[in-house]
Parts: sequence; structure tokens; C-alpha cells
Amino acid sequence: MDALLKVDRCTIRFGGLTAVSNLDMSIGNRELVGLIGPNGAGKTTVFNMITGVYQPTEGAISLNGERLNGLKPFDITARGIARTFQNIRLFVSLTVFDNVRAAFNLHLKHGPFHALTRGPKFKQEEAEIREQAMDLLKIFNLDRFQDVMCKNLPYGDQRRLEIVRALATKPRLLLLDEPAAGMNPTEKGSLMTLIEFIQEKFDISVLLVEHDMRVVMGICKRIYVLDYGITIAEGPPDQIRRDPKVIQAYLGE
Amino acid sequence: MSRARAILGIFLLFLFLFALFVERPLADNLAYYYDILINIGINIILAVSLNLVNGYTGQFSLGHAGFMAVGAYAAGSWSEHLSPSLINFLAGSNGVLTFVLKPFPFLQALPTMCADNLALVVATIFGGLLAALAGLAVGIPSLRLRGDYLAIVTLGFGEIIRTLILNIDFLGAARGMSVTGRYTNMFWTFGIAAVAVYIVLGLVNSTYGRGFLTVRDDEVAAEAMGINTTKYKVIAFVVGAFFAGTAGSLFAHYTGFLTPEGFNFFKSVDVVVMVILGGMGSTTGVILAAILLTILPELLRGLAHTDFVPVFQKAIEGVVPIHLPPLQGLLENRLILYSLLLIIMMLTRPQGLFGDIAGSRKRVASSPAK
Amino acid sequence: MAQVILFLQQLLNGLSLGSIYALIALGYTMVYGVLRFINFAHGDVYMLGAYAGFAITNVIYTIIPLDQYNAISRHTFIPIFVCTAIVMLGAMIFCAILGMSIERIAYRPLRDRPRLTVLITAIGVSLFLQNMTQFFVGAQPQAFKQLIPVRAIEGLGDLTVLSSQAAIIISTIVLMVFLRLVVMKTKIGLAMRALSVNPTACSLMGVNNGLVISFTFALGSALAAAAGILVAMDSPSINPLMGNLQGIKAFVAAVLGGIGNINGAVVGGLIIGVLETLVVGYSNELTTLFPALHYLFPEGVSQFRDAISFAVLIIILLFKPTGIFGRVEREKV
Repeated sequence: MDALLKVDRCTIRFGGLTAVSNLDMSIGNRELVGLIGPNGAGKTTVFNMITGVYQPTEGAISLNGERLNGLKPFDITARGIARTFQNIRLFVSLTVFDNVRAAFNLHLKHGPFHALTRGPKFKQEEAEIREQAMDLLKIFNLDRFQDVMCKNLPYGDQRRLEIVRALATKPRLLLLDEPAAGMNPTEKGSLMTLIEFIQEKFDISVLLVEHDMRVVMGICKRIYVLDYGITIAEGPPDQIRRDPKVIQAYLGE
Repeated sequence: MSRARAILGIFLLFLFLFALFVERPLADNLAYYYDILINIGINIILAVSLNLVNGYTGQFSLGHAGFMAVGAYAAGSWSEHLSPSLINFLAGSNGVLTFVLKPFPFLQALPTMCADNLALVVATIFGGLLAALAGLAVGIPSLRLRGDYLAIVTLGFGEIIRTLILNIDFLGAARGMSVTGRYTNMFWTFGIAAVAVYIVLGLVNSTYGRGFLTVRDDEVAAEAMGINTTKYKVIAFVVGAFFAGTAGSLFAHYTGFLTPEGFNFFKSVDVVVMVILGGMGSTTGVILAAILLTILPELLRGLAHTDFVPVFQKAIEGVVPIHLPPLQGLLENRLILYSLLLIIMMLTRPQGLFGDIAGSRKRVASSPAK
Repeated sequence: MAQVILFLQQLLNGLSLGSIYALIALGYTMVYGVLRFINFAHGDVYMLGAYAGFAITNVIYTIIPLDQYNAISRHTFIPIFVCTAIVMLGAMIFCAILGMSIERIAYRPLRDRPRLTVLITAIGVSLFLQNMTQFFVGAQPQAFKQLIPVRAIEGLGDLTVLSSQAAIIISTIVLMVFLRLVVMKTKIGLAMRALSVNPTACSLMGVNNGLVISFTFALGSALAAAAGILVAMDSPSINPLMGNLQGIKAFVAAVLGGIGNINGAVVGGLIIGVLETLVVGYSNELTTLFPALHYLFPEGVSQFRDAISFAVLIIILLFKPTGIFGRVEREKV
């Protein structure tokens, strides 16, 4: 299987602390992969490495064979990796619609000059973006909130809005950081269906960090388990569920 | 947006006719009010351009006066040395326009008027471009820095620009520079203000322009969504500097005399107060604030000349036996009033009149750079 | 040998100057340490310290005119020392209260707001203090009356050390030792250090954050007041805007040392002081090396020396913004 994302023996050290050690990860096309581990295991750090927020101290990360090391975050997003955040980071002064619209900047064909002259091409592109943004919002049932300030949305909707925003960048790989946090069981169920749906519809791969085992085991085809920055297990859900090292990491001796 | 364009067009046409027929008499007979109007226009340009940087993009710049100075001195120098030739070429005794319009004696004032206006436009564009270049030079190294530090560095650069001018003999140094061509009129002042407003609003209210706001709201998230935050910051800075430069040019061609002291940190604070009062991120707000803060000192000065304050002061001195200097001076001291205004506003209504300060998120401290 | 003496002389002058910067820089750095905010108004607290000292000195002069003393000797030492101590302590107490009041009134209500809001407030406070002072005492510089007779100290050969410089250096050392004792050995000093690392944990551990912050402001302001008095010994002209330039230079010193780091503020202050003195002292040699300098600063020395701090600031912020001792604090993503 040709890997979409390849993480080769990546290590990241902050001063004296090794947050992630010798991580080997590969995600193929249209794969739904999970990343789990106790708190502090380094999962968000892995996300930050892949998206360029931190540079790995050692090792290489590549997307479709192209090396990502040293690139700035917006460059990496431009190459097709998008993410959500553990603590919601929406654009608080913007409406729901504008949050999504802002993410279309990446693929904008017309720049500031056209924004000023407002010719027909500009208007057409703005109309297209509006349509695409509304379509995305509709999928997530957020279209009725389009002019609401995003900070006024209920928590669960804000989390889903972050996903919509990330999808607006037209990624090949979507990193979701605890998307189900703070949701009730029904919401989590819908989220699971939603994630599988967007994977199909947008033909993307998803790397999911999540604490809720039902969600992870339910939709992920493969799971990596991290503990203190080290990969302690990797494989399909059934195998992980029974792995003694995993059980020990979560429950102790 | 074409309706806005129509409105803009009508407005400019009105201004043009106004400038042609009404302006001269107004300037001569009602000089005081004319003065206030021109200053309102210049302040609108300054406030709207700074709002793009501070308000929409969230980059706290304290050096706007420096860019205004670059524009003023550049345009002033241009006019002193190059405009006369241009004007002579067009409207002199052997000028092109004079020649063309010879058969129309009732239009004999037209060549000079056209030449003057053209000289102003050319000088102003030159001033704006030079200021924009200064903006680029200052912006590129500074915009990597976080909030407080960006403020200090822009303050520093503003002072450096002022100190440089103070030391350049060609620009008059401490003696100041006179600008003999007093070409500024209401048409260009409000015209350029209208253009500034159009550009800022047009930029920001587009998908492209939403990018500026994301830089203000959350840079990390913006970068994660593929937005090149540095590019946006630099663009905002350069556009802001350009218009500050044009305001400087208009100022130079209005007052006719420039000194480096007129473009010091306090001048930057002047503009910052307008932006904050108006509400960072609201163009309407800052326009209103600019108008208000141009008129207010005049009103207060008027109040200072009435008997109100002396009576009040006598009452206090009757109770508390200390000798105070004449308290009317407080009313005329813009800096004391503005500083109080800043403090009170931050405590009671930091979003200003119309704005909303983004982020109830308390920014956790990090290092000066990112 | 003469070159060496000259260099040592410059070094000494620089240390004296740097001590002043260090004292003021400490205020910036301590406040930044506990609140993560640049107290724009700190330079003006320094200015008001000088004015407070000025007022107290004038009162003392009605009882003992200190300018009757021409030299420090066994007889004159006690009255001079006592009076100077009174002036210093008086100014320090005044500024401590001033600093705490400013914090209470203008900064504390904004503790949960974005940092930008407080910065703007600080600018407002700074301008307000400067201009109100100017309004009430006038823009003209005032002459600070003599506290100690300024004479060269005997017996040092070719080296000229003024009594005022000695006083500055000795006082600074005393104050540093005092500060270190407070920060390292007292409970409140511990609380200050803890607060600069993690305010939330502190309040959870029962620390009264507000009290510690007030104390920090009081300490920093008192040190600035001391600096104001010491400066006045050396150059007795004070004016309402004197806080601006010294404030910026001290701020640069704090950033150079690593803002938030107390040792850094001292080291930074001394470095800037020495650098400034050396550059000015060897300005002829430098202008020979870099002729452009003469064109840029035809008015000469004083503009040159002020520009140094700005240049240092820009260089640090471009290349090593965390300063000498600073730690990089990453924003948690």
C-alpha cells in the first residue's frame, strides 16, 4: 500500500524531555487510523509535528513522498493536511459562515487586487465559495447557523464547525484532535457516522486522536497506541483491545 | 458592491464640484471651519489606515506617525524641487494647458488649478509610495514579534525615523522644512479618505480579506488553515503606511511647514486613540472617532475660554489652600485628556464605540517571538 | 598604561551608569515576571521618585542646608548620610505606594482581558503622569539640591571616581543584596517566583496573588525611586519627561538580560551602561572606522548614545528575543 503520510523514526525533544520517541507511522489513502494513549502520552505533539507547529528533532515526515520537515504550517496545509485542535480554536470574531469561508483562502484564485476591482471573475469565485461553504455546513447541519457568531454556538456544534473549517481547505489527510470531547453518547454516535461519511465523500484519510474507546474502536481500521512518547502497540482494534501492554498502560499493574 | 461604487462615484463628483466652486470662498471666509474640515479628512485617512493594521489584523503598531513623516517630507521635498517645473510646464506663460485654453479667456484660472491639483497628486503618490517602502522595511523584521514587543519595536522605528529626519540637513533638520505649494483642498483630502475607506473595506469584506481577521483572532489556527499570516501582516502594514504617507503629504501641502517634532510618539498616540475609541475593527467607528477627536479639542478650547473653569477653580481653592496653576490649561492639554480617555475606556468599554475586541481568550504569555 | 587607565575609567563610568539602568530594569522585569506585561508607566514612576526626592530635599534644606558641606569627612559623614537616607527612603516609600496604587486602579481590573488592553492602559497612565507633572511643575527642568558633595575620591592615582559614582555603585550593591534576600529567602519572595511560573497553581496553593502582585509593584517602584535619587546626585537636573529616555533604555536592558529574569535585568543594565559609555568614550575612534556615523549624527555625542539602546533593542529582538538568560516559553497548541 502506497503510504499517503509516512512518519519515519521521528523523535522530538523539548530541552531534557523526550516527548515522542522513534515514532514510525504510515497512513494510506482512505484509511481511518486512530492514535490513542493515556494523557500526556504525546498524541497532540505528534499532531503538532505532522502539521509543522514543531519540528522533529530527528526523523522525517513525508506526504506522498514529499518531505515535510522544515515547512511552515501553512505550507503543510497547502500540501493537503488539515487539523482540528484539542481546545477549540475557532475565529471568535467571525460568524459560522466566515469561519469556513476564511479557510477557502488557501485555494483562492483571485487575490487582493481583484477584491478591490470587483470584476465578474471575482464575483463568480465568491459565489462559488459561498456555495461550497454552505454545502459543507449543510452536511454538518450547521447551515441554519451561518450568520451566528461562532462563539455563541453550543459546544458540540463548535467542535463540528472546526471540522467543517478544516475540510474547507480540501485536505487529503484530516487530523482530528479529540473531536468527541464533551459530547454526550448520542452526539458521539452521530459524530462517528459523520466521520465515516466524510471519509467516503471527500476521499480523505483521517487520523483520529480520541479518548472514548467506543468511538475509536468503532470506526478506526488501525490504531497506534502511545505511552510516554513510545509506540507500545499497533494494529486493528481487536488486537489492541486484547494487548496486555495497552491494558497495563491504561489501568496500571 | 456596484451600488457602493455608484455611491462613491456620486460622492466624488459632488466633492469635485464643491471644490471647484465652493471651496475657495469657504477657505477664505470661514478659515477656522475649513481648517477643522481638512484636519478631519486627514485624521480619517490616518485612523482608517491604522485600523487596518491594529484593528483588523490585530498588529499593535505605535509608529504610524513615522510613516506619516516619511510621506510628508518626501512629498514636501518633491513639491519644493520638482513641482514648480511641472506646474510651469502645464500652466506657465508658455504652458501646454495655457496654450490649449487660450481661445477661452473665461477659463483662464483653469490651467493653474489643474496644474496645482496634478502637482498635489503626483507629490502625494510619491509620498505614499515612499512611506509604503518604509512600511515594508519596518514590517518585515518586526512582524515576527508578539503583541507587546511589536508595539515597542514600532515605537522605536517611529522614533528612529524622526531622529533621522532631525539629522538630515536636506530636509531642514531641526529648523523644519517649508512647503511653498499649498495645494491641498477638500476634494483631494476627502477623496483620498474615500479611497482609503473603499480600499480597506473592499479588502476586508472578501474571502481574501477574512484572512486579516483570522490573523487577529488566532494565528496558530489561521496558519493551520493554510493562511500565510506573515504575508497578511506585511500587506496590512504596507497599505497602512501608504495611506499614512498620503495623509502626511496632504498635511505638508496644507500647513506649509514641517518639523520632526510634529511626528513624534504623541502623534502616533493621537491616531491610536482614534482607533481605540472607534473600536478596533470597525471602519465606521474609527471614522466617527476621528471626527469626534478632531472637533473635541476645539470645543474644549472654547470651554477653556469661558468663565466656567475659573469659577470652579476658585471654589476649590477656597476649600483647599494650595496654589494651583490655571486649571483651564487641563482642558487644552490634549495629552492629559487623551491619556485619561485611554485609561477610562480600557476600564469601562475597551471595545470602543463600535468594535469588538476579539478574543476573550486570555493570551498566555510566551516568548517575545513566535 | 595610559590606555589601560582610560579603559578602566570608562568601565567604571559605565558601571555607575549601568547601575541606574539595572535598578530601573528590575522593576520592568519583576512586573513582567508575575504579570507578563510591560509596564509602560514604570519610567514615569522613576521620574516621580526623583521629584519626590526633590521635594523632600527642599524640606531638609530648610533645616540643614547640605550644600554647606564641601567634603565627606568624619564630621560631615553622619549628617550627609542620614539626610540622604531620609530622602531615599522617603522617595522609595512614595513610589512604592504610587506603584501599588497604579496597579490597583488601572491594571488589576483588567487582569482577565487581552494583554493588549492593559498595554494601552499603561500607555495612558504613562502619558497621564508625565503631562500632569508637567502641568503642575512646569516643563522647565528643576535643579536638585546637593545631597552629597560631588568630589573626586582621593588616592586612586589617575583614576577619577566621583563620590556620587561611588554612592551609586555602593547603594546599588546594597539594594541588590536586599532584593536577593527578599526574593530568595522570604516567603513572599518565593511566592513571587512561583507566580511567575504558574499563577493558577499559586492561587490554588493558597497564595494571595493580589498581595504578591502589589508587593512586586511596590518593590520595583521603590528601586526605581532609588535610581531617581541616585541619578540626581550625579546630574542634578530633573524634568517631567526624564522618565521616557531612561525608561526605554532600562527596558532594553531588561530585554537584553531576558525579561522576567532578575539576574538578567542587572546584567543587562550593566552591559548597556558600559556599552554606552565605551561607545561615547571611543566615539572618535569609531567615527574614524565608520565615517557614516558622522553623517548620521552630526549633532554629535548625545544623539549617538541614545541611538545605541534602540539599536541594541532591534538587534536583540531580531536575533535572540529571549535575551541572555531568558527562557523560551512555547504557546501550548
